[in-house]
Amino acid sequence: MTSPLKDPIREGLTRGWQVYDGAALTQDLQLDCDVAIVGSGAGGGISAEVLAQAGLKVLLIEEGALKSSTDFRLLESEAYPQLYQESANRQTLDKGITILQGRTVGGSTTVNWTSSFRPPVETLAWWREKHGLSELGEAEMLPWIAKAEARVHIGEWLAPPNPNNSVLEKGCSALGYSHGRIRRNVHDCWNLGYCGMGCPTNAKQSMLVTTIPSALDKGAGLLARVRVERLLLSADHKHVDAVEGLALKADTLTPSGVKVRIKARHVVLCGGAIGTPALLLRSGAPDPHEVLGKRTFLHPVVLSGAIMPEQIEPWSGAPQTVYSNHFLHTWPIDGQLGYKLEVPPVHPVLLATTLTGFGPDHARLMQDMPHLNVMLALTRDGFHPDSQGGTVKLKKDGSPALDYPITDPVWQAFRQAWRSMAELQFAAGAKSVLTVHENAKPASSWAEARTQIDTLPLEILRARVVSAHVMGGAAMGADAQSGVVNHWGEHWQLDNLSVIDGSLFPTSIGANPQLSVYTFALRNASRLASRLS
Amino acid sequence: MISRRQLLKTGLAGSALLLAAGFLARPDPDALRASDTQGLDTRFLNASDTNLLAAIAPVMLGLSLDANQLKALLFGVDAAITGLPLMLQAEVRQLLDLLGNRWGRRYLAGVKAPWSSASVAELHAFLDGWRQSRFTLLRSGYQALHGLINAAWYANPASFAALSYGVPAQGRILQ
Ligand SMILES: Cc1cc2nc3c(=O)[nH]c(=O)nc-3n(C[C@H](O)[C@H](O)[C@H](O)COP(=O)(O)OP(=O)(O)OC[C@H]3O[C@@H](n4cnc5c(N)ncnc54)[C@H](O)[C@@H]3O)c2cc1C
Ligand code: SF4
Repeated sequence: MTSPLKDPIREGLTRGWQVYDGAALTQDLQLDCDVAIVGSGAGGGISAEVLAQAGLKVLLIEEGALKSSTDFRLLESEAYPQLYQESANRQTLDKGITILQGRTVGGSTTVNWTSSFRPPVETLAWWREKHGLSELGEAEMLPWIAKAEARVHIGEWLAPPNPNNSVLEKGCSALGYSHGRIRRNVHDCWNLGYCGMGCPTNAKQSMLVTTIPSALDKGAGLLARVRVERLLLSADHKHVDAVEGLALKADTLTPSGVKVRIKARHVVLCGGAIGTPALLLRSGAPDPHEVLGKRTFLHPVVLSGAIMPEQIEPWSGAPQTVYSNHFLHTWPIDGQLGYKLEVPPVHPVLLATTLTGFGPDHARLMQDMPHLNVMLALTRDGFHPDSQGGTVKLKKDGSPALDYPITDPVWQAFRQAWRSMAELQFAAGAKSVLTVHENAKPASSWAEARTQIDTLPLEILRARVVSAHVMGGAAMGADAQSGVVNHWGEHWQLDNLSVIDGSLFPTSIGANPQLSVYTFALRNASRLASRLS
Repeated sequence: MISRRQLLKTGLAGSALLLAAGFLARPDPDALRASDTQGLDTRFLNASDTNLLAAIAPVMLGLSLDANQLKALLFGVDAAITGLPLMLQAEVRQLLDLLGNRWGRRYLAGVKAPWSSASVAELHAFLDGWRQSRFTLLRSGYQALHGLINAAWYANPASFAALSYGVPAQGRILQ
């Protein structure tokens, strides 16, 4: 059956948008524009709209394919290979952490879970005090935050949380931990719970249905399935002369041999953390102080599963609607690592691959899925002196790899977070709790869980560690010694290059990052628009 | 011949284990048993791979699979691998070649009988041994198998009924 709903992308294509599909290109392509934007996610989408609105000729270049609501059929089997980097199987260099990132038009915003948090005041304060970014005062940032919220329709979510989220709320109420409801960037949401597979109703106000259609209506061009390989630099390494991309075949993996070359007055990198630093590394961009790719953060996530007496159906209903910041505020920001508690959406592939163990034990847990609650803890990396994050490197074919060693304070936070989650799940009435670690077994009481957790070995490929929040690697710095770009996202060495995406952040955000990316993108793209026009 | 212990030591010293795997993988593949899984039209998996995955998958999943389910699973694994970047595909190739080789099976996986006639207990011991190994390389090999087999099985709507999983009624019109 095809969807009865409107598809703004298909409508736009019939209106005559300027869109190229790399897989359909049969000969090399040369294009000219005012601004070339690499990557069409949170940063790229906002930048495209702002710059096109200013009357500039914009070209948006995206490695992933152009997929839209008609293609989104609520199936993991289609979503992960089509819409995610490395089929949702991107891993850190030692394979210790699995990373979810989008690779499609709209980037991660097309597949994200709609949780919307403002950049925390304590994070901005830290950046002002410790990273010398004194310009980022609250009075400066607030109007941009408000504008970003309005643009993607962020508001209170009034429906009751689904049973999966209610477990967190009940547990926090029972134990007296602070908690709240999560705001979402949706409009007429059907409360289905399939946000991670691309929203089939266009309720989610991702870049795919907001800024990108608007930029294309204003005459911007889009190249999908074109991977930018490198920036061609001037002889003095002070200027980007052109952007060189490879058209990809329909599999969105293999270059077809067709090349794309784009000349632009200005180039904006929005490939996301990992993607943007990797492109700069491949291009041999100047990096005199060796800061490029360093300090890449993940909010490393650990998980805990619980069998509840009541029906949970954790796949159904808006995915993340309750949070607790209790453990972000328990210790000083640069002390023991704090963590934010949330509840992810649970679907068969995501669950089966994330759950530890195998054989009949694993099969039984899968069959208990209707009663399963899954909780997660996002650790706030990048503030403690021994939490320096990871480093983006290149594999021998030029593709990116993130080397992220999990250091001791991060491990300690994991253990503490497993304890908190098990305690909360039992307080909410769990029959049994399974810490997601290969050495853990289902525990039937909080005391039993705690004893177990206290002895779990803190090692990669035993503890399940995941991330959907990649940040940093081309950070803002007060000077060229401490950052790749300044607080406007302008490259310290290349005079016509900006970075406008999650790789700007000098630490992790300490909250789900999409609204922070939108906010900085609006601010910095607006400044760029006035510079260029 | 290098002993298992030596092999693991070299492995620890770097990626020498994978180099050794490439070396080992050349001669001496396991004899294949004529079975339902041969002659499958897969893009990545060869007959040796399907042979070993057909043996491992039911033990990994804790489910008994009939011939059609097994075929669907192998196609699923094939599809999952072909969706990976080429560098990752090459790593999976090394892992499967290593296990498909008689020596690799015998000395690294510790499985004496050929895959298609290995007992459930032997296969279980192999998976658990790698899962809990003190060598990260073996643990990552286990995790790769765990990920591929589970992703392939649970992506298939045929697996949903056992989980009572289904798209909510109002979402079905959108499929
Ligand atoms: C499953 C999931 C759930 C999430 N849930 C939430 C949530 O609920 N709330 C929240 O706040 N955040 C969430 N996030 C995170 C949030 O979506 C991201 O932080 C944000 O989108 C990052 O924006 P970005 O512009 O840095 O990169 P992205 O949005 O990731 O966009 C980068 C784009 O650039 C493209 N690209 C990269 N390299 C190249 C190249 N060389 N050539 C061409 N194109 C390239 C990529 O394909 C991608 O499309 C989630 C993320 C995921 C993956
Ligand atoms: S929950 Fe709402 S936003 Fe998410 S996929 Fe369903 S309709 Fe879209």
